[in-house]
Amino acid sequence: MAFSESFFASRFGITTGNLESYLGDALREGGDYADLYFEYLSTSQISIDESIVKSATEGVSLGVGVRVIAGERTGYAYSDDLSPEKIRKAARVAACIAAGPSKVDKTSLEEGQKRNLYPVFTAPHETEFAERVDLVKRADAAARACDPRIFQVQATYADSLRQVMIATSAGILSFDRQPLARLSVAALAKQNGGPPQRGYAGGGGRVELSFFLEEKTPEHFAREAARQAIVQLDAVDAPAGETTIVLGPGWPGVLLHEAVGHGLEADFNRKKVSAFSDRIGQQVASPLCTVIDDGTIRNRRGSLNVDDEGNPTQRNVLIENGILRGYLQDQLSSRILHEAPTGNGRRESYEHIPMPRMTNTFMLAGESDPEDIIRSVPKGIYCVNFGGGQVDITSGNFVFSASESYLIENGKLTRPVRSATLIGNGPEALRYVSMVGNDLQLDEGIGICGKEGQSVPVGVGIPTIKIDRMTVGGTA
Amino acid sequence: MNGNHLAELAVETVKQALERGATDAECTISEGSEFSANVRMREVESLKQAGSRATGLRILVGQHTGSAYTSDLSPEGIGRMVGSAIGLASITTADPHAGLPDAAELGAIAEELQLYCPDVETLETSFKIELARKAEAAALEADPRITNSEGASFDSHVGRRIFANSRGFVGEYNSSYCSLTAVPVAREGGSMERDYWMSLSRGFAGLESPDHIGRVAADRAVRRLGARKVETQRVPVVFEPRTARSLLGSIFEAVHGETIYRNASFLAGKLGQKVATENLTVIDDGTIPGFFGTTPFDDEGVPTRRTAIIEHGVLKNYLLNTYTARKLGMKTTGNASRGLSGNAGIGHGSLFIERGACSPAEIIAAISNGLYVTELIGSGVNVVTGDYSRGAVGLWIRNGELAFPVSEVTIAGNLNNMLMDMEAIGSDLEFRGSTAAPTVLIREMTVGGK
Repeated sequence: MAFSESFFASRFGITTGNLESYLGDALREGGDYADLYFEYLSTSQISIDESIVKSATEGVSLGVGVRVIAGERTGYAYSDDLSPEKIRKAARVAACIAAGPSKVDKTSLEEGQKRNLYPVFTAPHETEFAERVDLVKRADAAARACDPRIFQVQATYADSLRQVMIATSAGILSFDRQPLARLSVAALAKQNGGPPQRGYAGGGGRVELSFFLEEKTPEHFAREAARQAIVQLDAVDAPAGETTIVLGPGWPGVLLHEAVGHGLEADFNRKKVSAFSDRIGQQVASPLCTVIDDGTIRNRRGSLNVDDEGNPTQRNVLIENGILRGYLQDQLSSRILHEAPTGNGRRESYEHIPMPRMTNTFMLAGESDPEDIIRSVPKGIYCVNFGGGQVDITSGNFVFSASESYLIENGKLTRPVRSATLIGNGPEALRYVSMVGNDLQLDEGIGICGKEGQSVPVGVGIPTIKIDRMTVGGTA
Repeated sequence: MNGNHLAELAVETVKQALERGATDAECTISEGSEFSANVRMREVESLKQAGSRATGLRILVGQHTGSAYTSDLSPEGIGRMVGSAIGLASITTADPHAGLPDAAELGAIAEELQLYCPDVETLETSFKIELARKAEAAALEADPRITNSEGASFDSHVGRRIFANSRGFVGEYNSSYCSLTAVPVAREGGSMERDYWMSLSRGFAGLESPDHIGRVAADRAVRRLGARKVETQRVPVVFEPRTARSLLGSIFEAVHGETIYRNASFLAGKLGQKVATENLTVIDDGTIPGFFGTTPFDDEGVPTRRTAIIEHGVLKNYLLNTYTARKLGMKTTGNASRGLSGNAGIGHGSLFIERGACSPAEIIAAISNGLYVTELIGSGVNVVTGDYSRGAVGLWIRNGELAFPVSEVTIAGNLNNMLMDMEAIGSDLEFRGSTAAPTVLIREMTVGGK
């Protein structure tokens, strides 16, 4: 697509001449770099509760963020009005950070290389509401039909279509159309007057609506949520203290996100406040571990054609056979560290300053048969589903909460255990990985990552792995 | 932030919705401007300044709900939003409990609530940068082991919120806040730790001094150095005020009208029952002048009020909006909360644990072996069952004294028992945000470690 046919050019009449002029305004007090991020976001959300479709919302927000970088300093301003006066005003505010002559050679904008990792002809957001409301109704009915012990079901379908355009003083001009959709189901079960238990499942991606009709149906997520709630009805207290952990494939990859991913973001490392600072080339995991962050996987929730600074996303090797290889870069950190950008500069919206962020983070498959992994454990727990996690990047300590786990006794799965937090230390935890399965799976597409108040969609993945030692926060 | 006609716009939007087929409507408009200055290693790292506004509409057509929002406040943008919301009512299901508050319940607190301090808008940028610079410098100079920093920041926000509905309510209020935060990093040998301290106020005059903020943050980071993991054991656990506040977050979720009517809370169905130790009283109050939980009316146009949640251990009230109150056959407690659009959810005002009799030092002195928790990480609280399991950082208590730092451990229990086992409540209640708690002691929890 040519620039003249792009969303912002055709709808708002913005020309490359306008963009070059705004960038000139941003740099008029000096500075090394400036960029503009235009965003037009349309969202919709439909929820069912007690078999009643109780809410349906849609809306739009638009704006532009202007950034100026001078050395290690950043000036930022934004406007929710795309009139030239308002954009110039934001550019003047952002320019206040800089002083002295600008060090930017005047470059004319050139369109970046185009590819499409999510060739979605009709975004879910552009389909009829009647089709989308049907998804939550089907999810509700399917979860209730699973088992008479299910007594509450909530399902939410949400989608968005984000149009972005990024212009930089380095001459990059990128535009992208980013569809995203997800369906989630929460179910509560009870039996014999005991306490209720909950289950939760969901998924989606940068997909067409047909994904929910053909690949991962409402019934799929509903059955999964109901199954998890029912399993918990018979759960026993989780153990407390150090034990052997086996993680199942897919969503448990959130371990990588917390244990190593955040600690490898370049902002923390150039400031030397990460437990992984100055450790490139060192052994930080068992040689069985190779960890990748890849923003280029087709239709995935964490994928982007270009990051929010206009750089193409790519496949980045973070840890190779246990050796730390690289950090996740954004524009600012890569300039300061004289490293190439890695396509990880992301932001929540035009109101936010970009930061290095993950995309889809996963561990490559190994050679072990997953069943052999479980058979090899005399005593431990097998975790297959997780809630959220969190990390203190400075000490390296991280947690993630296991919402569905089973005791392993003499190589066999015995009883389900109640939810419990697992805790470890980033640069230590993966040294205890002693087996890696041949069954790499990516999650179903529901992850949200928060950092410094900004949320972005991400993906994770992992094969079945065995960790010889980790602390479980149970009570037994 | 002045002299504009947003209240009229909200009223006009409601009127337009009724003209186009809605039987009821409620419109929210929010306007705000933010400022943020970050200083790191004594240099300005970032400056951000901008403002924005947006509006949201929720309508009913009979008992069908629809809602929409937009950042385009032009007549065309408002017209599209109204059309969207009305169109969406055709895909929702009739809900017998949906509707606006009764007219008799609408209203606003008339007294001046001191939510806005003009000085937040008039401070010079250079002065605000200097505050952050001083706070960071105080941290860097507090101890030779403070070798690095994630910086210090001055942040402020001024906002205006307008709400109008088709039952005749229209109200608006301005609010402001500013905060000063320092995040130093301490290092000794192979141990690296960070911590923070923050002061938050409606106006500049209420902020703690940059020196104090920097020094407290530095002390907190330094005392974590050399933290170790302890053996797994059951011991008394003391939550300092900053971590005790998170227990209020769990109590809030457990008395939230939506979790109650879904029977998804460990406190559901226990109104009037003893659910906690006699010592514990938990209050929600949206009316205290100047406080962070205060507003003249909630997000449905109902006046805020003081609600006792737990009184001397007995569960007295849930926190409700109009919808959840109708579901439960009760009255709204003026706790409706929402962003811009959609059905109202539930929020809290100033939510706090009433102060007890003991000083924190007395509480610690009575413990021979236990954990003093200074930071919690992770989201391991299940309010359906009350199961509680989180990552913890703190100091080990030995023979009544804080002995050595501890990290990479978990604390676990069940909130049903934790509330009953709250053996001591401190006298050190301070309001540093919209939730506030003094030091609390829980008789026994499982510490997971080696």
